[in-house]
Amino acid sequence: MTSNIITIVLAGILTENMVLAKFLGICPFLGVSKKSNTAVSMGIAVTLVMLMATAVTYPIQVYILDPFGVGYLQTIVFILIIAALVQLVEIVLKRYIPPIYRALGIYLPLITTNCAVLGITMLNFTNARITNYVEALFNALGAGLGFLLAIVIFAGVRSRLEKSDIPESLKGLPITLISAGIVSLSFLGFAGIVG
Amino acid sequence: MSPILISVIVVGVIGLIGGLVLSVASVLMEVKSDEKVAELRAILPGANCGACGYTGCDGYAEALAKGETKPGLCAPGGVDMNNELGKILGVEVKMSEPKAATVLCDGTCDKVGTKMLYQGVETCKAANMLYAGTSDCNYGCLGFGDCERACPYGAIKVQNGCAVVNADLCTACSVCVRTCPKGIIQLLPIKKKATVACSNRDKGAVARKICQSACIACGKCQRACEYGAVKVENNLAVIDPEKCTACGACVEGCPTHCIVF
Repeated sequence: MTSNIITIVLAGILTENMVLAKFLGICPFLGVSKKSNTAVSMGIAVTLVMLMATAVTYPIQVYILDPFGVGYLQTIVFILIIAALVQLVEIVLKRYIPPIYRALGIYLPLITTNCAVLGITMLNFTNARITNYVEALFNALGAGLGFLLAIVIFAGVRSRLEKSDIPESLKGLPITLISAGIVSLSFLGFAGIVG
Repeated sequence: MSPILISVIVVGVIGLIGGLVLSVASVLMEVKSDEKVAELRAILPGANCGACGYTGCDGYAEALAKGETKPGLCAPGGVDMNNELGKILGVEVKMSEPKAATVLCDGTCDKVGTKMLYQGVETCKAANMLYAGTSDCNYGCLGFGDCERACPYGAIKVQNGCAVVNADLCTACSVCVRTCPKGIIQLLPIKKKATVACSNRDKGAVARKICQSACIACGKCQRACEYGAVKVENNLAVIDPEKCTACGACVEGCPTHCIVF
């Protein structure tokens, strides 16, 4: 049990990294990685939302969608739930923890349409390692931490890109995509360390 | 039951529950935004320039509503707008004399030479990091136009290698003052006053060689001024706008014509 959970978390961070191995959540990965402090905020927000989304969607799939035989509604139902959930979190934060609300700012509503969040809730059911609720939660935690790690590393890469001499035709998005590819390649080095 | 009906019910019920929870939450946990803040914010110009010392117009409106600060700090708004702020808050407004940004340098290309062939990044900030810039004068305007790009009102133009402020467009928001790496832009009263258009602190002979219109700290202006408004400190004449009466004695006396109105 414990070793399985450690495997799940490590796999989520390193070998099955949301961004760098599964190529989900590329939009915030490229959009919010210009500065490392905003990248950290975004990473933490995504991790929190992933955890909560999994906490809600896993029981819904198991106790509502599967018994009624409407598993094909998974995508649309999960989108609905995540959107409502993020709104709810926003309202709660605004009321009770305004500093965090202000720190997350625009990133929280942006996450509503983040495919990494939808991705993790759906991958919980295709991943062979995950057999119960607790493991699904740790899978979400690992994926969120993986996203945080990837976006912070990439923010560091981009801050160096800004000062380097880039060919005219590659300036802007092209060089960003190329360097994202190279960062992704480097994560291939972790392949095999998690069984 | 037909599968269509089941799926409609499942999605419908989940959507309904989500909607209910959200609407209940939004009523229960409503954050009352201060009406005053919205009212004040609507009047403020919305330039977010930061002249008031707050992060932006939103920040200033919040601080005003809380009573942390006083109206009259919004330079771009002008006297009328600040009076309106005061009306909403029920406070009397004391507006300081209208000011405009002034570039304390007149080192145009024909007056100052360059000490290098610069091929780096075309900003004052970058150029300033390399031997204090391209200009022979280590104190004066570099002319790459950081202030021109920073100005939200288009009031600054670089003309012939030296920045010039259009006082009619300037709102004294002080963005350029903070932007200039040389620190040669100051907010000075718009009213006609004599100004030393030079920031060079080199010794007279050195300054003279570098720029034709440099202050050579001869002290003629200091002696000419009847009101004690001019003082030469660190090889540079400085005029106190509070004491200056714009009599013109220093302007006439200046041998390098670096004192202007």
